[in-house]
Amino acid sequence: MAENRYELNKELAQMLKGGVIMDVTTPEQARIAQEAGACAVMALERIPADIRAAGGVSRMSDPKMIKGIQEAVTIPVMAKCRIGHFVEAQILEAIEIDYIDESEVLSPADDVFHIDKTKFQVPFVCGAKDLGEALRRINEGASMIRTKGEPGTGDVVQAVRHMRKMNQEIARLVSMREDELFQAAKELQVPYELVLYVHENGKLPVVNFAAGGVATPADAALMMQLGAEGVFVGSGIFKSGDPAKRASAIVKAVTNYTDAKMIAELSEDLGEAMVGINEQEISLLMAERGK
Amino acid sequence: MKIQNSHIGVLAVQGAFIEHEHMLQSLGVETFEIRQKKDLNQPMDGLILPGGESTVMGKLLWELGMMDTIREKIESGLPVFGTCAGLILLAEKIADEETSHIATMPVKVRRNAYGRQLGSFHGEADMKGIGCIPMTFIRAPYIESCENGVEVLAEVDGRIVAARYKNQLGIAFHPEVTKDTRVHEYFLKMVRKIQQKDLLNQESA
Repeated sequence: MAENRYELNKELAQMLKGGVIMDVTTPEQARIAQEAGACAVMALERIPADIRAAGGVSRMSDPKMIKGIQEAVTIPVMAKCRIGHFVEAQILEAIEIDYIDESEVLSPADDVFHIDKTKFQVPFVCGAKDLGEALRRINEGASMIRTKGEPGTGDVVQAVRHMRKMNQEIARLVSMREDELFQAAKELQVPYELVLYVHENGKLPVVNFAAGGVATPADAALMMQLGAEGVFVGSGIFKSGDPAKRASAIVKAVTNYTDAKMIAELSEDLGEAMVGINEQEISLLMAERGK
Repeated sequence: MKIQNSHIGVLAVQGAFIEHEHMLQSLGVETFEIRQKKDLNQPMDGLILPGGESTVMGKLLWELGMMDTIREKIESGLPVFGTCAGLILLAEKIADEETSHIATMPVKVRRNAYGRQLGSFHGEADMKGIGCIPMTFIRAPYIESCENGVEVLAEVDGRIVAARYKNQLGIAFHPEVTKDTRVHEYFLKMVRKIQQKDLLNQESA
Protein backbone atom coordinates (compact mmCIF):
# COMPACT_ATOMS: atom_id res chain seq x y z
CA MET A 1 0.00 0.00 0.00
CA ALA A 2 1.45 3.33 -1.02
CA GLU A 3 1.97 5.90 1.73
CA ASN A 4 -0.30 8.20 -0.21
CA ARG A 5 -3.23 5.74 -0.03
CA TYR A 6 -2.83 5.35 3.75
CA GLU A 7 -2.96 9.13 4.14
CA LEU A 8 -6.14 9.30 2.04
CA ASN A 9 -7.67 6.55 4.15
CA LYS A 10 -6.85 8.33 7.41
CA GLU A 11 -8.28 11.51 5.88
CA LEU A 12 -11.61 9.83 5.10
CA ALA A 13 -11.86 8.96 8.81
CA GLN A 14 -11.22 12.62 9.60
CA MET A 15 -14.25 13.55 7.50
CA LEU A 16 -16.43 11.17 9.55
CA LYS A 17 -15.57 12.84 12.86
CA GLY A 18 -18.35 14.28 14.93
CA GLY A 19 -20.70 11.84 13.26
CA VAL A 20 -22.64 8.66 13.91
CA ILE A 21 -22.06 5.43 11.98
CA MET A 22 -25.08 3.16 12.09
CA ASP A 23 -25.46 -0.60 11.61
CA VAL A 24 -28.01 -1.45 8.94
CA THR A 25 -29.18 -4.75 7.50
CA THR A 26 -31.35 -3.65 4.56
CA PRO A 27 -31.40 -0.86 1.96
CA GLU A 28 -34.53 0.46 3.67
CA GLN A 29 -32.74 0.73 7.02
CA ALA A 30 -29.78 2.36 5.25
CA ARG A 31 -32.09 5.03 3.85
CA ILE A 32 -33.63 5.62 7.28
CA ALA A 33 -30.14 5.95 8.76
CA GLN A 34 -29.03 8.41 6.07
CA GLU A 35 -32.16 10.49 6.49
CA ALA A 36 -31.65 10.51 10.24
CA GLY A 37 -28.16 11.97 9.74
CA ALA A 38 -25.77 9.00 9.79
CA CYS A 39 -22.34 9.99 8.43
CA ALA A 40 -21.81 6.40 7.23
CA VAL A 41 -23.54 3.04 7.50
CA MET A 42 -22.21 -0.38 8.40
CA ALA A 43 -23.81 -3.00 6.18
CA LEU A 44 -24.28 -6.36 7.87
CA GLU A 45 -26.70 -9.25 7.67
CA ARG A 46 -27.49 -9.37 11.34
CA ILE A 47 -26.93 -6.72 13.96
CA PRO A 48 -24.75 -7.73 16.89
CA ALA A 49 -27.68 -8.33 19.26
CA ASP A 50 -29.08 -10.91 16.85
CA ILE A 51 -25.67 -12.46 16.21
CA ARG A 52 -25.37 -12.85 19.95
CA ALA A 53 -28.85 -14.36 20.23
CA ALA A 54 -28.43 -16.74 17.29
CA GLY A 55 -24.99 -18.01 18.27
CA GLY A 56 -22.98 -20.09 15.82
CA VAL A 57 -20.35 -18.87 13.38
CA SER A 58 -20.88 -15.38 12.10
CA ARG A 59 -19.29 -14.36 8.78
CA MET A 60 -18.97 -11.53 6.28
CA SER A 61 -22.31 -10.52 4.75
CA ASP A 62 -23.51 -11.52 1.29
CA PRO A 63 -21.86 -9.11 -1.19
CA LYS A 64 -25.19 -8.74 -2.99
CA MET A 65 -26.80 -7.44 0.17
CA ILE A 66 -23.90 -5.00 0.68
CA LYS A 67 -24.21 -3.79 -2.92
CA GLY A 68 -27.91 -3.18 -2.39
CA ILE A 69 -27.02 -0.87 0.48
CA GLN A 70 -24.28 0.85 -1.56
CA GLU A 71 -26.92 1.64 -4.17
CA ALA A 72 -29.43 2.89 -1.62
CA VAL A 73 -27.31 5.65 -0.05
CA THR A 74 -24.79 8.34 -0.99
CA ILE A 75 -22.86 8.29 2.31
CA PRO A 76 -19.88 5.96 2.84
CA VAL A 77 -20.70 2.27 3.28
CA MET A 78 -18.63 0.08 5.59
CA ALA A 79 -18.79 -3.67 6.06
CA LYS A 80 -17.29 -6.21 8.44
CA CYS A 81 -14.93 -9.08 7.80
CA ARG A 82 -13.74 -11.64 10.33
CA ILE A 83 -10.51 -11.01 12.22
CA GLY A 84 -7.67 -12.47 10.16
CA HIS A 85 -9.89 -13.36 7.18
CA PHE A 86 -7.99 -11.55 4.47
CA VAL A 87 -10.00 -13.14 1.67
CA GLU A 88 -13.23 -11.69 3.03
CA ALA A 89 -11.36 -8.38 3.07
CA GLN A 90 -10.27 -8.91 -0.55
CA ILE A 91 -13.91 -9.51 -1.50
CA LEU A 92 -15.01 -6.32 0.25
CA GLU A 93 -12.27 -4.41 -1.54
CA ALA A 94 -13.39 -5.91 -4.85
CA ILE A 95 -16.88 -4.48 -4.37
CA GLU A 96 -15.32 -1.09 -3.54
CA ILE A 97 -16.42 -0.82 0.04
CA ASP A 98 -15.47 2.54 1.60
CA TYR A 99 -14.21 1.07 4.88
CA ILE A 100 -13.62 -2.47 6.16
CA ASP A 101 -14.23 -3.22 9.83
CA GLU A 102 -12.02 -6.14 10.84
CA SER A 103 -14.43 -6.94 13.59
CA GLU A 104 -14.59 -9.00 16.75
CA VAL A 105 -18.39 -9.03 16.30
CA LEU A 106 -17.94 -11.78 13.72
CA SER A 107 -16.34 -15.10 14.58
CA PRO A 108 -12.55 -14.79 14.29
CA ALA A 109 -11.04 -16.68 11.35
CA ASP A 110 -7.54 -16.59 12.81
CA ASP A 111 -6.75 -16.74 16.51
CA VAL A 112 -3.17 -15.50 16.09
CA PHE A 113 -2.83 -13.13 13.17
CA HIS A 114 -4.80 -10.08 12.16
CA ILE A 115 -5.04 -9.09 8.50
CA ASP A 116 -1.97 -7.35 7.06
CA LYS A 117 -3.94 -4.24 6.24
CA THR A 118 -1.00 -2.55 4.55
CA LYS A 119 -1.66 -4.83 1.56
CA PHE A 120 -5.00 -3.19 0.83
CA GLN A 121 -6.07 -0.04 -0.96
CA VAL A 122 -9.30 0.37 0.99
CA PRO A 123 -9.19 1.59 4.59
CA PHE A 124 -9.69 -0.49 7.73
CA VAL A 125 -11.16 0.33 11.11
CA CYS A 126 -10.36 -2.00 14.01
CA GLY A 127 -11.57 -2.34 17.57
CA ALA A 128 -9.30 -1.86 20.58
CA LYS A 129 -9.78 -1.99 24.32
CA ASP A 130 -6.49 -0.39 25.27
CA LEU A 131 -3.63 1.58 23.78
CA GLY A 132 -1.51 -1.48 22.96
CA GLU A 133 -4.28 -3.04 20.88
CA ALA A 134 -4.93 0.27 19.14
CA LEU A 135 -1.28 0.83 18.20
CA ARG A 136 -0.82 -2.78 17.10
CA ARG A 137 -3.78 -2.46 14.75
CA ILE A 138 -2.41 0.85 13.43
CA ASN A 139 0.95 -0.80 12.88
CA GLU A 140 -0.84 -3.47 10.82
CA GLY A 141 -2.35 -0.71 8.68
CA ALA A 142 -5.63 0.31 10.34
CA SER A 143 -6.46 3.92 9.49
CA MET A 144 -9.18 4.31 12.12
CA ILE A 145 -9.74 2.86 15.61
CA ARG A 146 -12.88 2.32 17.65
CA THR A 147 -13.35 1.04 21.16
CA LYS A 148 -14.54 -2.53 21.22
CA GLY A 149 -17.13 -2.00 23.92
CA GLU A 150 -19.36 -5.04 24.10
CA PRO A 151 -21.43 -5.27 20.92
CA GLY A 152 -25.08 -6.18 20.97
CA THR A 153 -25.61 -5.62 24.67
CA GLY A 154 -26.92 -2.07 24.91
CA ASP A 155 -24.59 -1.85 27.92
CA VAL A 156 -22.16 1.03 27.60
CA VAL A 157 -19.92 0.02 30.52
CA GLN A 158 -17.24 -1.64 28.43
CA ALA A 159 -16.99 1.14 25.84
CA VAL A 160 -16.50 3.53 28.77
CA ARG A 161 -13.88 1.25 30.29
CA HIS A 162 -11.98 0.96 26.99
CA MET A 163 -12.06 4.68 26.27
CA ARG A 164 -10.90 5.58 29.78
CA LYS A 165 -8.15 2.98 29.66
CA MET A 166 -6.88 4.28 26.34
CA ASN A 167 -6.93 7.88 27.58
CA GLN A 168 -5.07 6.93 30.77
CA GLU A 169 -2.42 5.09 28.81
CA ILE A 170 -2.04 7.98 26.38
CA ALA A 171 -1.64 10.40 29.31
CA ARG A 172 0.99 8.10 30.79
CA LEU A 173 3.01 8.10 27.56
CA VAL A 174 2.76 11.87 27.33
CA SER A 175 4.11 12.26 30.87
CA MET A 176 7.09 9.95 30.31
CA ARG A 177 10.67 11.05 29.80
CA GLU A 178 11.83 10.37 26.25
CA ASP A 179 14.33 7.76 27.40
CA GLU A 180 11.47 5.77 28.93
CA LEU A 181 9.61 5.45 25.66
CA PHE A 182 11.75 2.56 24.41
CA GLN A 183 10.63 0.41 27.32
CA ALA A 184 7.02 1.53 26.79
CA ALA A 185 7.24 0.42 23.15
CA LYS A 186 8.45 -2.97 24.33
CA GLU A 187 5.60 -3.32 26.82
CA LEU A 188 2.98 -2.25 24.30
CA GLN A 189 4.53 -4.52 21.61
CA VAL A 190 4.58 -1.73 19.05
CA PRO A 191 7.28 0.20 17.16
CA TYR A 192 9.00 3.07 18.94
CA GLU A 193 7.83 5.56 16.27
CA LEU A 194 4.18 5.03 17.17
CA VAL A 195 4.90 5.47 20.86
CA LEU A 196 6.87 8.63 20.11
CA TYR A 197 3.93 9.99 18.08
CA VAL A 198 1.54 9.49 20.99
CA HIS A 199 4.08 11.00 23.41
CA GLU A 200 4.43 14.12 21.27
CA ASN A 201 0.81 14.57 20.20
CA GLY A 202 -1.19 13.23 23.13
CA LYS A 203 -3.47 11.28 20.81
CA LEU A 204 -3.59 8.31 18.49
CA PRO A 205 -2.21 8.91 14.99
CA VAL A 206 -5.65 8.05 13.58
CA VAL A 207 -9.26 8.97 14.38
CA ASN A 208 -10.75 7.17 17.39
CA PHE A 209 -14.51 6.45 17.63
CA ALA A 210 -16.56 4.84 20.39
CA ALA A 211 -18.44 1.62 19.73
CA GLY A 212 -20.15 -1.25 21.48
CA GLY A 213 -23.18 -0.80 23.69
CA VAL A 214 -24.26 2.75 22.81
CA ALA A 215 -28.07 2.84 22.99
CA THR A 216 -29.23 6.35 23.94
CA PRO A 217 -28.39 10.00 23.13
CA ALA A 218 -26.95 10.21 26.64
CA ASP A 219 -24.67 7.21 25.99
CA ALA A 220 -23.40 8.83 22.80
CA ALA A 221 -22.76 12.17 24.51
CA LEU A 222 -21.03 10.37 27.38
CA MET A 223 -18.58 8.76 24.94
CA MET A 224 -17.98 12.12 23.23
CA GLN A 225 -17.29 13.82 26.57
CA LEU A 226 -14.84 11.02 27.35
CA GLY A 227 -12.93 11.94 24.20
CA ALA A 228 -14.40 9.87 21.37
CA GLU A 229 -14.26 11.63 18.01
CA GLY A 230 -17.53 10.06 16.86
CA VAL A 231 -19.78 7.10 17.62
CA PHE A 232 -20.79 3.79 16.11
CA VAL A 233 -24.30 2.67 17.01
CA GLY A 234 -25.03 -0.94 16.24
CA SER A 235 -28.01 -2.69 17.70
CA GLY A 236 -29.08 0.42 19.63
CA ILE A 237 -31.07 1.91 16.77
CA PHE A 238 -32.90 -0.79 14.86
CA LYS A 239 -33.55 -2.81 18.04
CA SER A 240 -35.41 0.12 19.54
CA GLY A 241 -39.06 1.15 19.34
CA ASP A 242 -38.71 4.16 17.01
CA PRO A 243 -35.44 3.81 15.04
CA ALA A 244 -35.71 7.00 12.93
CA LYS A 245 -36.40 9.20 15.93
CA ARG A 246 -33.75 7.61 18.12
CA ALA A 247 -31.16 7.76 15.33
CA SER A 248 -31.84 11.41 14.70
CA ALA A 249 -31.65 12.19 18.44
CA ILE A 250 -28.30 10.40 18.77
CA VAL A 251 -26.90 12.38 15.82
CA LYS A 252 -27.85 15.68 17.45
CA ALA A 253 -26.55 14.56 20.83
CA VAL A 254 -23.16 13.85 19.26
CA THR A 255 -23.06 17.34 17.71
CA ASN A 256 -24.03 19.12 20.93
CA TYR A 257 -22.61 16.64 23.40
CA THR A 258 -21.99 19.17 26.15
CA ASP A 259 -25.43 20.81 26.02
CA ALA A 260 -27.35 18.92 28.70
CA LYS A 261 -30.50 20.93 28.12
CA MET A 262 -30.61 19.94 24.48
CA ILE A 263 -29.81 16.31 25.25
CA ALA A 264 -32.65 16.31 27.79
CA GLU A 265 -35.06 17.41 25.06
CA LEU A 266 -33.63 14.88 22.63
CA SER A 267 -34.09 12.10 25.16
CA GLU A 268 -37.85 12.68 25.49
CA ASP A 269 -40.37 10.29 23.97
CA LEU A 270 -37.91 8.09 22.15
CA GLY A 271 -40.00 5.02 22.76
CA GLU A 272 -38.51 1.82 23.99
CA ALA A 273 -34.72 1.48 24.03
CA MET A 274 -33.21 -1.83 23.05
CA VAL A 275 -33.39 -4.44 25.75
CA GLY A 276 -30.03 -4.38 27.46
CA ILE A 277 -27.99 -7.32 28.67
CA ASN A 278 -25.56 -6.70 31.53
CA GLU A 279 -22.01 -7.87 31.03
CA GLN A 280 -22.37 -10.35 33.92
CA GLU A 281 -25.27 -11.99 32.10
CA ILE A 282 -23.43 -12.90 28.93
CA SER A 283 -21.18 -15.83 28.37
CA LEU A 284 -19.49 -14.59 25.18
CA LEU A 285 -17.23 -11.56 25.52
CA MET A 286 -16.60 -10.40 21.96
CA ALA A 287 -14.10 -7.80 23.21
CA GLU A 288 -11.74 -10.63 24.15
CA ARG A 289 -11.40 -11.58 20.47
CA GLY A 290 -8.28 -10.28 18.70
CA LYS A 291 -5.62 -8.68 20.90
CA MET B 1 -12.59 52.90 10.03
CA LYS B 2 -10.09 50.66 11.74
CA ILE B 3 -10.26 46.98 10.81
CA GLN B 4 -10.68 44.77 13.84
CA ASN B 5 -9.06 41.35 14.09
CA SER B 6 -11.07 38.82 12.14
CA HIS B 7 -13.33 36.39 13.99
CA ILE B 8 -14.00 33.35 11.89
CA GLY B 9 -16.88 31.01 12.68
CA VAL B 10 -16.39 27.35 11.80
CA LEU B 11 -19.48 25.21 11.32
CA ALA B 12 -18.89 22.35 13.77
CA VAL B 13 -21.96 20.14 13.49
CA GLN B 14 -20.01 17.27 11.89
CA GLY B 15 -16.81 16.65 9.95
CA ALA B 16 -13.23 17.91 9.86
CA PHE B 17 -13.79 21.28 11.51
CA ILE B 18 -10.93 21.11 14.02
CA GLU B 19 -8.42 20.95 11.16
CA HIS B 20 -9.73 24.32 9.89
CA GLU B 21 -9.56 25.82 13.37
CA HIS B 22 -5.96 24.71 13.83
CA MET B 23 -4.98 26.10 10.46
CA LEU B 24 -6.61 29.48 11.14
CA GLN B 25 -5.12 29.62 14.63
CA SER B 26 -1.67 28.95 13.13
CA LEU B 27 -2.29 32.09 11.04
CA GLY B 28 -3.09 34.06 14.18
CA VAL B 29 -6.83 34.28 13.57
CA GLU B 30 -9.47 33.85 16.26
CA THR B 31 -12.04 31.12 15.63
CA PHE B 32 -15.20 29.89 17.25
CA GLU B 33 -17.34 26.81 16.70
CA ILE B 34 -20.91 26.93 15.46
CA ARG B 35 -22.84 23.99 16.84
CA GLN B 36 -26.27 25.52 17.43
CA LYS B 37 -28.34 28.60 16.72
CA LYS B 38 -27.12 30.74 19.61
CA ASP B 39 -23.53 30.41 18.36
CA LEU B 40 -24.57 32.55 15.37
CA ASN B 41 -25.16 35.56 17.60
CA GLN B 42 -21.45 36.24 17.99
CA PRO B 43 -19.73 38.81 15.79
CA MET B 44 -18.53 36.91 12.72
CA ASP B 45 -16.34 38.25 9.92
CA GLY B 46 -16.14 35.02 7.98
CA LEU B 47 -17.62 31.53 7.98
CA ILE B 48 -16.04 28.18 7.15
CA LEU B 49 -18.11 25.19 6.05
CA PRO B 50 -15.80 22.18 6.49
CA GLY B 51 -15.54 18.76 4.92
CA GLY B 52 -17.66 15.94 6.23
CA GLU B 53 -20.96 14.54 5.04
CA SER B 54 -23.12 17.17 3.36
CA THR B 55 -26.33 15.20 4.03
CA VAL B 56 -25.58 15.27 7.77
CA MET B 57 -24.60 18.92 7.89
CA GLY B 58 -27.51 20.02 5.72
CA LYS B 59 -29.98 18.17 7.88
CA LEU B 60 -28.50 19.53 11.11
CA LEU B 61 -28.53 23.09 9.75
CA TRP B 62 -32.27 22.76 9.28
CA GLU B 63 -33.10 20.89 12.44
CA LEU B 64 -30.96 23.04 14.70
CA GLY B 65 -32.65 26.11 13.22
CA MET B 66 -29.56 27.64 11.61
CA MET B 67 -30.27 27.39 7.88
CA ASP B 68 -32.17 30.64 7.35
CA THR B 69 -29.80 32.73 9.44
CA ILE B 70 -26.73 31.40 7.67
CA ARG B 71 -28.29 31.91 4.26
CA GLU B 72 -29.28 35.48 5.10
CA LYS B 73 -25.81 36.26 6.39
CA ILE B 74 -24.18 34.92 3.23
CA GLU B 75 -26.64 36.74 1.01
CA SER B 76 -25.91 39.97 2.80
CA GLY B 77 -22.20 39.60 2.15
CA LEU B 78 -20.64 37.43 4.88
CA PRO B 79 -17.48 35.88 3.41
CA VAL B 80 -17.85 32.10 3.35
CA PHE B 81 -15.42 29.34 2.48
CA GLY B 82 -16.68 25.80 1.83
CA THR B 83 -14.44 22.77 1.37
CA CYS B 84 -15.79 19.54 -0.17
CA ALA B 85 -19.06 19.00 1.73
CA GLY B 86 -18.99 22.75 2.42
CA LEU B 87 -19.00 23.41 -1.32
CA ILE B 88 -21.98 21.07 -1.69
CA LEU B 89 -23.81 23.01 1.03
CA LEU B 90 -23.21 26.25 -0.88
CA ALA B 91 -24.19 24.96 -4.34
CA GLU B 92 -27.50 26.06 -5.78
CA LYS B 93 -27.89 22.75 -7.59
CA ILE B 94 -26.73 19.21 -6.89
CA ALA B 95 -26.63 16.85 -9.88
CA ASP B 96 -29.21 14.02 -9.75
CA GLU B 97 -30.70 15.35 -6.52
CA GLU B 98 -33.85 17.37 -6.14
CA THR B 99 -32.91 19.29 -3.05
CA SER B 100 -30.04 21.57 -2.20
CA HIS B 101 -28.91 23.06 1.11
CA ILE B 102 -27.81 26.67 1.66
CA ALA B 103 -27.92 27.17 -2.12
CA THR B 104 -26.37 30.61 -2.36
CA MET B 105 -23.65 29.88 -4.94
CA PRO B 106 -24.85 29.61 -8.56
CA VAL B 107 -23.00 26.42 -9.42
CA LYS B 108 -24.04 22.84 -10.01
CA VAL B 109 -21.98 20.22 -8.19
CA ARG B 110 -21.80 16.48 -8.58
CA ARG B 111 -21.40 14.55 -5.32
CA ASN B 112 -19.00 11.61 -5.01
CA ALA B 113 -17.93 12.58 -8.52
CA TYR B 114 -14.80 10.45 -8.42
CA GLY B 115 -16.58 7.39 -7.03
CA ARG B 116 -16.07 5.68 -3.71
CA GLN B 117 -13.04 5.81 -1.41
CA LEU B 118 -10.89 3.94 -3.96
CA GLY B 119 -11.36 6.98 -6.21
CA SER B 120 -9.95 9.41 -3.61
CA PHE B 121 -6.61 10.93 -4.62
CA HIS B 122 -3.89 13.48 -3.96
CA GLY B 123 -2.85 15.84 -6.70
CA GLU B 124 -1.61 19.33 -7.33
CA ALA B 125 -2.70 22.08 -9.64
CA ASP B 126 -2.62 25.82 -10.10
CA MET B 127 -5.14 27.90 -8.26
CA LYS B 128 -5.68 31.39 -9.63
CA GLY B 129 -4.19 34.04 -7.37
CA ILE B 130 -2.19 31.47 -5.38
CA GLY B 131 -0.05 29.25 -7.62
CA CYS B 132 0.49 25.51 -7.57
CA ILE B 133 -0.99 23.91 -4.45
CA PRO B 134 -1.40 20.34 -3.14
CA MET B 135 -4.97 19.08 -3.40
CA THR B 136 -6.53 16.26 -1.39
CA PHE B 137 -9.75 14.81 -2.82
CA ILE B 138 -11.73 12.54 -0.47
CA ARG B 139 -14.87 11.08 -2.06
CA ALA B 140 -14.90 14.53 -3.56
CA PRO B 141 -17.41 16.47 -5.62
CA TYR B 142 -16.57 18.70 -8.55
CA ILE B 143 -18.35 21.64 -10.09
CA GLU B 144 -20.18 20.56 -13.22
CA SER B 145 -21.30 23.98 -14.36
CA CYS B 146 -21.23 27.60 -13.27
CA GLU B 147 -23.54 30.48 -13.99
CA ASN B 148 -22.46 33.99 -14.93
CA GLY B 149 -20.50 35.83 -12.32
CA VAL B 150 -18.74 32.73 -11.02
CA GLU B 151 -14.98 32.85 -11.40
CA VAL B 152 -13.28 29.50 -11.95
CA LEU B 153 -10.12 29.35 -9.82
CA ALA B 154 -8.81 25.84 -10.44
CA GLU B 155 -9.36 22.84 -12.64
CA VAL B 156 -8.06 19.28 -12.43
CA ASP B 157 -8.37 17.05 -15.51
CA GLY B 158 -10.80 19.50 -17.04
CA ARG B 159 -13.09 19.51 -13.99
CA ILE B 160 -13.70 22.65 -11.96
CA VAL B 161 -12.50 22.13 -8.39
CA ALA B 162 -12.36 25.70 -7.07
CA ALA B 163 -14.53 28.72 -7.77
CA ARG B 164 -15.51 32.04 -6.35
CA TYR B 165 -18.76 33.94 -6.54
CA LYS B 166 -18.61 37.36 -4.87
CA ASN B 167 -18.14 36.65 -1.14
CA GLN B 168 -18.29 32.87 -1.57
CA LEU B 169 -15.30 30.58 -2.07
CA GLY B 170 -16.03 26.92 -2.79
CA ILE B 171 -13.46 24.22 -3.35
CA ALA B 172 -13.77 20.46 -3.84
CA PHE B 173 -10.58 19.51 -2.01
CA HIS B 174 -9.19 19.75 1.54
CA PRO B 175 -6.38 22.25 2.17
CA GLU B 176 -7.10 21.87 5.91
CA VAL B 177 -5.57 18.37 5.97
CA THR B 178 -2.33 19.58 4.34
CA LYS B 179 0.34 21.86 5.77
CA ASP B 180 -0.18 24.43 3.02
CA THR B 181 -1.94 27.50 4.43
CA ARG B 182 -2.25 29.49 1.21
CA VAL B 183 -5.91 28.80 0.43
CA HIS B 184 -6.84 29.87 3.96
CA GLU B 185 -4.71 32.98 3.55
CA TYR B 186 -6.54 33.68 0.29
CA PHE B 187 -9.85 33.43 2.15
CA LEU B 188 -8.59 35.69 4.95
CA LYS B 189 -7.66 38.27 2.29
CA MET B 190 -11.24 38.06 1.02
CA VAL B 191 -12.48 38.55 4.57
CA ARG B 192 -10.32 41.61 5.17
CA LYS B 193 -11.21 43.14 1.82
CA ILE B 194 -14.88 42.66 2.52
CA GLN B 195 -14.43 44.04 6.04
CA GLN B 196 -12.85 47.10 4.42
CA LYS B 197 -15.40 47.52 1.68
CA ASP B 198 -18.39 46.36 3.63
CA LEU B 199 -20.77 49.04 2.46
CA LEU B 200 -19.65 48.90 -1.14
CA ASN B 201 -20.08 45.16 -1.21
CA GLN B 202 -23.63 45.34 0.10
CA GLU B 203 -24.53 47.69 -2.72
CA SER B 204 -23.22 45.35 -5.40
CA ALA B 205 -24.77 42.23 -3.82
